[in-house]
Amino acid sequence: MYIYNEQDQKIIEQRVAQFQGQTDRYLAGKLTNEEFLPLRLQNGLYIQRLAPMLRIAVPYGLLSSAQVRKLAHITRAYDKGYCHITTRQNIQLNWPQLEDVPKILGELAEVQMHAVQTSGNCIRNTTSDQFAGVSQDELEDPRPWCEIIRQWSTFHPEFAFLPRKFKIAVCGTEGDRAAIQVHDIGIQIVKNSADEIGFQVLAGGGLGRTPVIGSVIREFLPQKDLLTYLDAILRVYNRHGNRDNKYKARIKILVRAWTAEVFAQEVEDEWEYTKDTLGRLTQEEIDRVKGFFTQPPYESLDNKISDEELAILAENNIAFGKWLQRNTRSHKIPGYTSVTLSLKPTGVAPGDVTDSQLEVIADLADAYSFGEIRATHNQNLVLADVKKSDLFKLWEKAKVSGFATPNIGTLTDMICCPGGDFCSLANAKSIPIAEAIQRKFDDIDYIYDLGDLSLNISGCMNACGHHHVGNIGILGVDKKGAEFYQIQLGGNAGSDTSLGGVLGPSFGESEVPEVVEKILTIYIEQRKGDELFLDTYRRIGVTPFKESVYPKDKKISNMHKDQGLKHA
Amino acid sequence: MPKIIKDTQIVDDSWIIIEKDFSGPLPLGKLLLPMQYWLDNRESLNLMIAGLWIDSDEAVELVGHEANLFPLIAVNFPAFTDGRGFSIGRLLRERYSFNGQLRAIGNPIQDQLFYLKRCGFTSFDLKEGADLESALSSFNDFDESYQGAIVPPEPLFLLNSSKNN
Ligand code: HEM
Ligand code: SF4
Repeated sequence: MYIYNEQDQKIIEQRVAQFQGQTDRYLAGKLTNEEFLPLRLQNGLYIQRLAPMLRIAVPYGLLSSAQVRKLAHITRAYDKGYCHITTRQNIQLNWPQLEDVPKILGELAEVQMHAVQTSGNCIRNTTSDQFAGVSQDELEDPRPWCEIIRQWSTFHPEFAFLPRKFKIAVCGTEGDRAAIQVHDIGIQIVKNSADEIGFQVLAGGGLGRTPVIGSVIREFLPQKDLLTYLDAILRVYNRHGNRDNKYKARIKILVRAWTAEVFAQEVEDEWEYTKDTLGRLTQEEIDRVKGFFTQPPYESLDNKISDEELAILAENNIAFGKWLQRNTRSHKIPGYTSVTLSLKPTGVAPGDVTDSQLEVIADLADAYSFGEIRATHNQNLVLADVKKSDLFKLWEKAKVSGFATPNIGTLTDMICCPGGDFCSLANAKSIPIAEAIQRKFDDIDYIYDLGDLSLNISGCMNACGHHHVGNIGILGVDKKGAEFYQIQLGGNAGSDTSLGGVLGPSFGESEVPEVVEKILTIYIEQRKGDELFLDTYRRIGVTPFKESVYPKDKKISNMHKDQGLKHA
Repeated sequence: MPKIIKDTQIVDDSWIIIEKDFSGPLPLGKLLLPMQYWLDNRESLNLMIAGLWIDSDEAVELVGHEANLFPLIAVNFPAFTDGRGFSIGRLLRERYSFNGQLRAIGNPIQDQLFYLKRCGFTSFDLKEGADLESALSSFNDFDESYQGAIVPPEPLFLLNSSKNN
């Protein structure tokens, strides 16, 4: 992983000093609320319903065991002993004290971490595939490119006060695991006909109130041109994005208003001026950064023997077998596998992890995965480089600490935003809905029979819980002060990203699990062979689901005509 | 006389900003004319005394290479969160080779000075009552920057590369 040099370290330390000064000026009344707001946001500090909230950057989700131990310490010393993994691979503290924040940032800087640009109208943390560098289907490791983008975007002097936040994701595989189509800029690593590696660039995707799938604005961008081209996109957006209405300020609105073709041409015109300037990347710099993402010292192992041993263990221990099936994943090196530690046991807010769990995870990473941990946009943690022969020991330890729930990729591995329990923008709570669904569907065989299925919950149309791209999406809506939930079906975040369609009028909290059950029953009745939920939905359409959930002949008094589509 | 920051010093300043909706005869003194006023009246104006100010939503392209007719160009930040001025500043320097004084006016705040300087601004008219002494310290918030801009033009990787080679 990338290791800071003295310059990187100094930049982060000077940032801490700068923010200490800003906080002092604010507390002394020399900086107004209005002025402090964007400054604190650009250091990850929100003021929420119950307390300030601090969002810590985890660049492209990669963490070392030392960093995880530091996070454990911080959650214990400055918070209530737990933190939250977000859908943008970051980490969030829910209860820090404002006065402590500069100190927390100082502690983070000791392990090369920060909260820079995790919030506010600037270029945010760049995200990527949690299996970067270990996937069999990867064209090239996206992480060096993420790091190059991280450095370029950090304290970019021209783009710190954009019309709205700006998110970039990079993906190195054909099957998109980084949701690049719903980012402001999506970068797909591709190979052209001359066998050169470069980038396909998408712009104008995003979730939120107006979910939009990004459009390709350049089919092939040579590697060295990455940063000057990004500069050109950002400059066009900075100058022309809407600044009068924050709900129309994302780049997606500009791209849509101009059309992707016109937007792409504007970027090309801008780029003409700057492509051959000093900002152009050099091979030396590309190689320098790539040098940090070399392979760890893998052993040479016999895959066949490892698999045979695992098969025997799995046969003798059904629970282990289930975990193996759902929570491990193929790896490009024989005898190795990637393990997902589930942060979705029933009864815990999805993505929450405690200080002592973090310490166990750091120990596991040191023992079994070269000391590295990855945060995923599905709000789980990954140990990416585990020897198959270590899996049984790892599983036993993970189980004791509560993150071996064998549910990765299934119904109960839900994405869920903090919702009304924490967030002041919420229309409705989301964590209790997740829990109610987990409790209703506690039969693991039923869950396995359903197979891969994503259920995403957001407490309002800001869509932090990615409800638009869940196979089943649940959205909290407010109706005359009461909390209701709208259901969407057919969303997907993979390489064939699609946005869910609204099923119909919304439901009260207590009805949601039953409605989900009806939806699942239709799927089970209608699926052909091993068809997944999404495939069945795409084949049969929304009508059978609608008919089951809203029977025509029955008048249901507690259902309410919904304005859901207007929010979406 | 109002104080501004110029080249990292606090100095007196006598430029007079002419508002966009101004009409009638111009006052005497060193005048900062609205861009559109200049475009409309350029034939009859004596540029010896004039600077220009550009609003954040105006097209700097309309001034273009004529920027160097002016000893001073100011860019307005109607709100400090309106970041368009950063791009306008860079465009004046990079694309139109403007080499006069480039000033941020309106509501820029202390915490933006470092970025403004990097985007080519050389003078700063902060809101009334701002603590200019305190503001000066913000020019030194960081010793190094990753990306090239106006100051310095090279990204950090190029600076390091020439140091190493
Ligand atoms: C509790 C405090 C939070 C607040 C106030 C908040 C606020 C917002 C707002 C206003 C938007 C919509 C922005 C737009 O469409 O322009 C948004 C989007 C988003 N937020 Fe949050 N959020 C919070 C927590 C989180 C958490 C905990 C996560 C991750 C679990 C998250 C991930 C996202 C994502 C992925 C989007 C997606 C949509 C997009 O950018 O296109 N947020 N948030
Ligand atoms: S989706 Fe809404 S309720 Fe949930 S965290 Fe985001 S802003 Fe808050």
